[in-house]
Amino acid sequence: MLKAEINISLKRTVADPQGLTIKHALESLGYKGLADVRMGKSVVIRLNLKDKKKAEEEINGMCKKLLANPIIEDYHFKISKA
Amino acid sequence: MKFGVLVFPGSNCDQDCAHAIKDVLKKSVTYIWHQDTDLKGLDCVILPGGFSYGDYLRTAAIARFSPVMKSVTGFARKGGTVIGICNGFQILLEAGLLPGVMLRNRDLHFICRYVYIRTENNDTRFTGLYNAGQILKIPIAHNEGNYYIDAAGLKELKGNNQIVFRYCSAAGEADEQSNPNGALDNIAGIINKKGNVLGMMPHPERSCERELGSRDGYFIFQSIIKWLEKRRVW
Repeated sequence: MLKAEINISLKRTVADPQGLTIKHALESLGYKGLADVRMGKSVVIRLNLKDKKKAEEEINGMCKKLLANPIIEDYHFKISKA
Repeated sequence: MKFGVLVFPGSNCDQDCAHAIKDVLKKSVTYIWHQDTDLKGLDCVILPGGFSYGDYLRTAAIARFSPVMKSVTGFARKGGTVIGICNGFQILLEAGLLPGVMLRNRDLHFICRYVYIRTENNDTRFTGLYNAGQILKIPIAHNEGNYYIDAAGLKELKGNNQIVFRYCSAAGEADEQSNPNGALDNIAGIINKKGNVLGMMPHPERSCERELGSRDGYFIFQSIIKWLEKRRVW
Protein backbone atom coordinates (compact mmCIF):
# COMPACT_ATOMS: atom_id res chain seq x y z
CA MET A 1 0.00 0.00 0.00
CA LEU A 2 1.16 3.51 -0.81
CA LYS A 3 0.39 6.79 0.84
CA ALA A 4 0.12 10.10 -1.01
CA GLU A 5 0.41 13.35 0.92
CA ILE A 6 -0.91 16.18 -1.19
CA ASN A 7 -0.43 19.83 -0.41
CA ILE A 8 -2.58 22.41 -2.14
CA SER A 9 -1.96 26.12 -1.86
CA LEU A 10 -2.91 29.32 -3.62
CA LYS A 11 -0.54 30.44 -6.35
CA ARG A 12 1.92 33.17 -5.44
CA THR A 13 0.14 35.55 -7.78
CA VAL A 14 -3.19 35.09 -6.00
CA ALA A 15 -3.95 37.11 -2.86
CA ASP A 16 -4.34 34.93 0.23
CA PRO A 17 -6.44 36.81 2.82
CA GLN A 18 -6.29 33.91 5.29
CA GLY A 19 -2.51 33.84 5.17
CA LEU A 20 -2.39 37.59 5.60
CA THR A 21 -4.70 37.48 8.64
CA ILE A 22 -2.57 34.74 10.22
CA LYS A 23 0.53 36.83 9.57
CA HIS A 24 -1.04 39.82 11.35
CA ALA A 25 -2.05 37.61 14.28
CA LEU A 26 1.46 36.17 14.59
CA GLU A 27 2.93 39.65 14.48
CA SER A 28 0.57 40.81 17.21
CA LEU A 29 1.91 37.91 19.31
CA GLY A 30 5.35 39.42 18.97
CA TYR A 31 6.80 37.25 16.20
CA LYS A 32 8.94 39.53 14.12
CA GLY A 33 10.57 38.98 10.77
CA LEU A 34 7.74 37.15 9.04
CA ALA A 35 8.18 37.69 5.34
CA ASP A 36 5.03 35.94 4.25
CA VAL A 37 2.38 33.46 5.44
CA ARG A 38 0.51 31.26 2.99
CA MET A 39 -2.38 29.02 3.97
CA GLY A 40 -3.01 25.73 2.22
CA LYS A 41 -4.72 22.41 2.67
CA SER A 42 -3.49 18.90 2.87
CA VAL A 43 -5.10 15.70 1.63
CA VAL A 44 -3.80 12.26 2.54
CA ILE A 45 -4.81 9.36 0.33
CA ARG A 46 -3.90 5.73 0.88
CA LEU A 47 -3.81 3.73 -2.30
CA ASN A 48 -4.18 0.02 -2.88
CA LEU A 49 -1.30 0.15 -5.30
CA LYS A 50 2.27 -1.08 -5.30
CA ASP A 51 3.62 0.69 -8.34
CA LYS A 52 4.84 4.15 -7.39
CA LYS A 53 4.79 5.40 -10.93
CA LYS A 54 1.18 4.37 -11.43
CA ALA A 55 0.29 6.03 -8.13
CA GLU A 56 1.94 9.27 -9.23
CA GLU A 57 -0.06 9.24 -12.43
CA GLU A 58 -3.31 8.67 -10.58
CA ILE A 59 -2.68 11.33 -7.97
CA ASN A 60 -1.68 13.81 -10.62
CA GLY A 61 -4.95 13.17 -12.43
CA MET A 62 -6.95 13.53 -9.21
CA CYS A 63 -5.29 16.85 -8.45
CA LYS A 64 -5.96 18.19 -11.91
CA LYS A 65 -9.55 17.01 -12.11
CA LEU A 66 -10.83 17.65 -8.62
CA LEU A 67 -8.50 18.34 -5.73
CA ALA A 68 -6.98 21.59 -6.97
CA ASN A 69 -8.27 24.35 -9.19
CA PRO A 70 -5.36 25.00 -11.55
CA ILE A 71 -6.47 28.59 -12.19
CA ILE A 72 -5.60 29.67 -8.65
CA GLU A 73 -3.94 26.74 -6.92
CA ASP A 74 -0.66 24.84 -7.08
CA TYR A 75 -0.25 21.36 -5.72
CA HIS A 76 2.66 19.17 -4.65
CA PHE A 77 2.60 15.61 -3.46
CA LYS A 78 4.85 13.03 -1.96
CA ILE A 79 4.28 9.31 -2.28
CA SER A 80 5.65 6.93 0.27
CA LYS A 81 5.06 3.41 1.62
CA ALA A 82 2.01 3.39 3.88
CA MET B 1 -42.41 27.74 -21.05
CA LYS B 2 -40.72 25.69 -18.38
CA PHE B 3 -38.10 26.61 -15.80
CA GLY B 4 -36.06 24.06 -13.89
CA VAL B 5 -34.27 24.57 -10.60
CA LEU B 6 -31.39 22.21 -9.87
CA VAL B 7 -31.21 20.79 -6.37
CA PHE B 8 -27.88 19.65 -4.97
CA PRO B 9 -27.40 18.34 -1.46
CA GLY B 10 -26.88 21.61 0.39
CA SER B 11 -28.73 23.90 -2.02
CA ASN B 12 -30.83 26.27 0.05
CA CYS B 13 -32.18 28.87 -2.36
CA ASP B 14 -33.93 26.33 -4.59
CA GLN B 15 -37.34 26.99 -3.06
CA ASP B 16 -36.87 30.75 -3.22
CA CYS B 17 -36.13 30.45 -6.94
CA ALA B 18 -39.12 28.19 -7.55
CA HIS B 19 -41.33 30.57 -5.53
CA ALA B 20 -40.20 33.54 -7.62
CA ILE B 21 -40.89 31.74 -10.89
CA LYS B 22 -44.15 30.08 -9.88
CA ASP B 23 -45.83 32.54 -7.53
CA VAL B 24 -44.44 35.86 -8.67
CA LEU B 25 -43.80 35.40 -12.39
CA LYS B 26 -46.55 32.79 -12.82
CA LYS B 27 -44.55 30.38 -14.93
CA SER B 28 -44.19 26.64 -14.66
CA VAL B 29 -41.22 25.38 -12.68
CA THR B 30 -39.86 21.99 -11.76
CA TYR B 31 -37.08 20.77 -9.48
CA ILE B 32 -34.28 18.71 -10.97
CA TRP B 33 -32.43 16.49 -8.49
CA HIS B 34 -28.67 16.46 -8.99
CA GLN B 35 -28.69 12.78 -9.87
CA ASP B 36 -31.20 13.20 -12.67
CA THR B 37 -29.87 13.56 -16.16
CA ASP B 38 -33.12 14.34 -17.96
CA LEU B 39 -33.78 18.05 -18.28
CA LYS B 40 -37.34 17.33 -19.41
CA GLY B 41 -37.52 19.85 -22.22
CA LEU B 42 -36.75 22.85 -20.03
CA ASP B 43 -36.38 26.32 -21.51
CA CYS B 44 -34.28 27.73 -18.69
CA VAL B 45 -32.11 26.07 -16.05
CA ILE B 46 -31.52 27.83 -12.73
CA LEU B 47 -28.58 26.83 -10.52
CA PRO B 48 -29.60 28.14 -7.10
CA GLY B 49 -27.55 29.38 -4.19
CA GLY B 50 -26.59 27.38 -1.15
CA PHE B 51 -23.72 25.24 0.02
CA SER B 52 -23.67 22.31 -2.36
CA TYR B 53 -21.82 19.40 -0.74
CA GLY B 54 -21.12 21.57 2.27
CA ASP B 55 -18.61 23.60 0.26
CA TYR B 56 -16.19 20.72 0.93
CA LEU B 57 -12.80 20.97 -0.77
CA ARG B 58 -13.69 24.23 -2.55
CA THR B 59 -17.05 25.84 -3.16
CA ALA B 60 -18.77 23.97 -5.99
CA ALA B 61 -15.80 21.65 -6.61
CA ILE B 62 -17.86 18.52 -6.07
CA ALA B 63 -21.21 19.71 -7.41
CA ARG B 64 -19.76 20.16 -10.86
CA PHE B 65 -19.32 16.39 -11.10
CA SER B 66 -22.96 15.66 -10.24
CA PRO B 67 -24.66 13.64 -13.00
CA VAL B 68 -27.02 16.51 -13.84
CA MET B 69 -24.12 18.79 -14.73
CA LYS B 70 -23.32 16.76 -17.84
CA SER B 71 -26.81 17.45 -19.12
CA VAL B 72 -26.59 21.11 -18.14
CA THR B 73 -23.29 21.44 -19.98
CA GLY B 74 -24.83 19.89 -23.09
CA PHE B 75 -27.86 22.16 -22.76
CA ALA B 76 -25.64 25.22 -22.44
CA ARG B 77 -23.44 24.22 -25.38
CA LYS B 78 -26.57 24.02 -27.51
CA GLY B 79 -27.49 27.57 -26.54
CA GLY B 80 -29.96 26.80 -23.74
CA THR B 81 -30.60 29.53 -21.19
CA VAL B 82 -28.72 28.93 -17.93
CA ILE B 83 -28.52 31.22 -14.91
CA GLY B 84 -26.37 30.49 -11.87
CA ILE B 85 -26.94 32.50 -8.70
CA CYS B 86 -24.40 32.64 -5.89
CA ASN B 87 -23.35 29.01 -5.33
CA GLY B 88 -24.88 28.37 -8.77
CA PHE B 89 -22.43 30.90 -10.22
CA GLN B 90 -19.59 29.14 -8.41
CA ILE B 91 -20.70 25.83 -9.93
CA LEU B 92 -20.73 27.35 -13.45
CA LEU B 93 -17.16 28.55 -12.86
CA GLU B 94 -15.92 25.17 -11.61
CA ALA B 95 -17.67 23.46 -14.50
CA GLY B 96 -15.91 25.73 -16.97
CA LEU B 97 -19.16 27.13 -18.38
CA LEU B 98 -17.97 30.57 -17.30
CA PRO B 99 -14.36 31.76 -16.95
CA GLY B 100 -12.58 32.62 -13.70
CA VAL B 101 -12.86 31.51 -10.06
CA MET B 102 -14.12 32.69 -6.69
CA LEU B 103 -11.78 33.39 -3.81
CA ARG B 104 -12.76 33.99 -0.20
CA ASN B 105 -14.14 37.44 0.49
CA ARG B 106 -11.42 40.02 1.01
CA ASP B 107 -12.28 40.49 4.69
CA LEU B 108 -12.92 36.78 5.34
CA HIS B 109 -16.50 37.48 6.40
CA PHE B 110 -19.71 35.95 5.24
CA ILE B 111 -21.60 38.97 3.92
CA CYS B 112 -25.39 39.06 3.93
CA ARG B 113 -26.85 42.43 3.02
CA TYR B 114 -28.22 44.60 0.27
CA VAL B 115 -25.74 45.97 -2.25
CA TYR B 116 -26.05 48.08 -5.36
CA ILE B 117 -25.03 46.78 -8.75
CA ARG B 118 -24.84 48.55 -12.07
CA THR B 119 -26.14 46.99 -15.25
CA GLU B 120 -23.12 47.06 -17.54
CA ASN B 121 -24.65 45.12 -20.38
CA ASN B 122 -28.38 45.28 -21.05
CA ASP B 123 -28.08 43.64 -24.43
CA THR B 124 -28.51 40.11 -23.07
CA ARG B 125 -31.44 37.77 -22.68
CA PHE B 126 -31.14 38.22 -18.92
CA THR B 127 -31.06 42.00 -18.74
CA GLY B 128 -33.07 43.17 -21.73
CA LEU B 129 -35.63 44.96 -19.58
CA TYR B 130 -33.10 47.10 -17.72
CA ASN B 131 -31.79 50.40 -18.94
CA ALA B 132 -28.10 50.66 -19.76
CA GLY B 133 -26.30 51.55 -16.53
CA GLN B 134 -29.39 50.94 -14.39
CA ILE B 135 -28.60 50.61 -10.70
CA LEU B 136 -30.21 47.71 -8.88
CA LYS B 137 -30.61 47.18 -5.16
CA ILE B 138 -30.25 43.48 -4.60
CA PRO B 139 -29.02 41.27 -1.73
CA ILE B 140 -25.83 39.22 -1.54
CA ALA B 141 -25.16 36.36 0.89
CA HIS B 142 -21.82 34.65 0.45
CA ASN B 143 -18.38 33.88 1.77
CA GLU B 144 -16.67 33.31 -1.57
CA GLY B 145 -17.66 36.07 -3.95
CA ASN B 146 -14.24 37.53 -4.56
CA TYR B 147 -14.15 37.02 -8.30
CA TYR B 148 -10.73 36.46 -9.83
CA ILE B 149 -9.43 35.96 -13.34
CA ASP B 150 -5.98 36.52 -14.82
CA ALA B 151 -5.15 39.69 -16.76
CA ALA B 152 -5.67 38.06 -20.15
CA GLY B 153 -9.04 36.71 -19.04
CA LEU B 154 -10.16 40.09 -17.75
CA LYS B 155 -9.18 41.71 -21.00
CA GLU B 156 -11.25 39.17 -22.87
CA LEU B 157 -14.27 39.70 -20.60
CA LYS B 158 -14.07 43.43 -21.19
CA GLY B 159 -13.46 43.09 -24.91
CA ASN B 160 -16.51 40.89 -25.39
CA ASN B 161 -18.71 42.95 -23.09
CA GLN B 162 -19.14 39.91 -20.84
CA ILE B 163 -19.24 41.84 -17.57
CA VAL B 164 -22.97 42.21 -16.93
CA PHE B 165 -23.02 43.61 -13.37
CA ARG B 166 -20.55 45.56 -11.24
CA TYR B 167 -20.86 46.40 -7.54
CA CYS B 168 -21.36 50.12 -7.17
CA SER B 169 -22.46 52.87 -4.78
CA ALA B 170 -26.07 54.00 -4.53
CA ALA B 171 -25.13 56.70 -7.00
CA GLY B 172 -23.71 54.15 -9.42
CA GLU B 173 -19.99 54.53 -8.91
CA ALA B 174 -18.08 51.27 -9.13
CA ASP B 175 -15.38 52.19 -6.64
CA GLU B 176 -13.40 50.31 -3.99
CA GLN B 177 -15.72 51.32 -1.11
CA SER B 178 -18.74 49.83 -2.81
CA ASN B 179 -16.95 46.56 -3.52
CA PRO B 180 -18.21 44.25 -0.75
CA ASN B 181 -15.93 41.27 -1.28
CA GLY B 182 -12.83 42.38 -3.16
CA ALA B 183 -14.03 41.06 -6.53
CA LEU B 184 -11.71 41.99 -9.36
CA ASP B 185 -12.89 45.11 -11.16
CA ASN B 186 -16.05 45.08 -8.96
CA ILE B 187 -17.42 42.17 -10.98
CA ALA B 188 -20.76 40.89 -9.66
CA GLY B 189 -21.98 39.00 -12.71
CA ILE B 190 -20.67 37.76 -16.05
CA ILE B 191 -22.01 36.09 -19.13
CA ASN B 192 -20.37 33.60 -21.49
CA LYS B 193 -19.26 34.64 -24.94
CA LYS B 194 -22.29 33.14 -26.59
CA GLY B 195 -24.59 35.06 -24.26
CA ASN B 196 -26.71 32.17 -22.98
CA VAL B 197 -25.08 31.50 -19.59
CA LEU B 198 -25.16 34.10 -16.81
CA GLY B 199 -23.54 33.84 -13.40
CA MET B 200 -24.16 36.39 -10.66
CA MET B 201 -23.44 36.58 -6.93
CA PRO B 202 -26.43 38.77 -5.95
CA HIS B 203 -29.79 37.07 -5.46
CA PRO B 204 -32.50 38.24 -7.88
CA GLU B 205 -34.91 35.62 -6.52
CA ARG B 206 -34.78 37.36 -3.14
CA SER B 207 -35.67 40.69 -4.65
CA CYS B 208 -38.74 39.97 -6.73
CA GLU B 209 -41.36 41.33 -4.37
CA ARG B 210 -41.82 44.70 -2.73
CA GLU B 211 -42.49 43.02 0.62
CA LEU B 212 -38.89 41.81 0.62
CA GLY B 213 -37.44 45.28 0.27
CA SER B 214 -36.66 45.39 -3.43
CA ARG B 215 -38.18 44.31 -6.67
CA ASP B 216 -35.10 44.99 -8.75
CA GLY B 217 -34.30 41.32 -9.32
CA TYR B 218 -37.72 40.59 -10.79
CA PHE B 219 -36.73 41.92 -14.19
CA ILE B 220 -33.94 39.39 -14.63
CA PHE B 221 -36.53 36.63 -14.76
CA GLN B 222 -38.98 38.80 -16.65
CA SER B 223 -36.26 39.54 -19.22
CA ILE B 224 -35.64 35.81 -19.66
CA ILE B 225 -39.38 35.19 -20.10
CA LYS B 226 -39.70 37.94 -22.64
CA TRP B 227 -36.67 36.64 -24.52
CA LEU B 228 -37.95 33.07 -24.50
CA GLU B 229 -41.33 34.21 -25.76
CA LYS B 230 -39.65 35.88 -28.69
CA ARG B 231 -37.11 33.07 -29.15
CA ARG B 232 -34.53 35.43 -30.44
CA VAL B 233 -31.82 33.53 -32.24
CA TRP B 234 -28.23 34.30 -31.26
